[in-house]
Amino acid sequence: MSDYRTPLSRARGLGSAKHGASHWIAERLSAVALVPLVLWAVFGAIRLAASDYQTALHWVATPLNAVLLVLLTAIAFWHMHAGLRVIVEDYIHKLSTKSVLLIANLFVCVLAGALATFSILKVALGGAF
Amino acid sequence: MIDAPRPRPLSPHLVSGGPLALHWRWHLTMFTSIAHRASGVALYIGALILAGWAVALASGQEAYDEYRALLTSPLGKVVFFGLTLSVFFHLANGIRHLVWDTGKGLDVKTANATGAAAIAFAIAATLAIWAIAFMTGAV
Repeated sequence: MSDYRTPLSRARGLGSAKHGASHWIAERLSAVALVPLVLWAVFGAIRLAASDYQTALHWVATPLNAVLLVLLTAIAFWHMHAGLRVIVEDYIHKLSTKSVLLIANLFVCVLAGALATFSILKVALGGAF
Repeated sequence: MIDAPRPRPLSPHLVSGGPLALHWRWHLTMFTSIAHRASGVALYIGALILAGWAVALASGQEAYDEYRALLTSPLGKVVFFGLTLSVFFHLANGIRHLVWDTGKGLDVKTANATGAAAIAFAIAATLAIWAIAFMTGAV
């Protein structure tokens, strides 16, 4: 197939989608980043499940924990949006239903991600103490 | 002389004809494929639950205690057990996908073996994490 492509086309690296492989690569890159972040979060969840409110506040306010939580939130919600988008695009073929679901997926991920990020930062910066 | 058209190849099937016609054969790699999406959707809901946890934490003690009571209720524990299973399966099978993206491990024998390994890891890691949770008093 690549034999039919012009050298300029290959150099640009753009396929029929007109924006190259950046979306595909970003989904894989977020998956790689989520491996250590999720493993860390599982142990964090066990710790927090046994803790009361004050202990949870102090745990989240630790600089390393706060930063990792914000990174986890941003990357996880990005990855979730990308994943559910592909599922909708694969199974829903009616244009109106597909459009509504794709927009809802984006809005839910951005809203929940923003709420979680703001909440973590509020606790980390001492707003909940 | 032109040969008569050969019969077209048929999909492997469990049941042919009737309302229960299943024109595919159940297989491990088929299960891991759909389970990857199913666990991904489960984790989507799980992430929304955890976003709610962060909002509750930032909203004060009363809101946090209420939300924590909900999460640690019997129903909450069942949900979290399912989420633990989903997270470890999606993690292991996700690594399997990343390896496939390099062009390796796509032959039937390897794909079956890694699929079985992903399921075994998900079950073992889930049981280990819940054992740790019980021992540390988290459950």
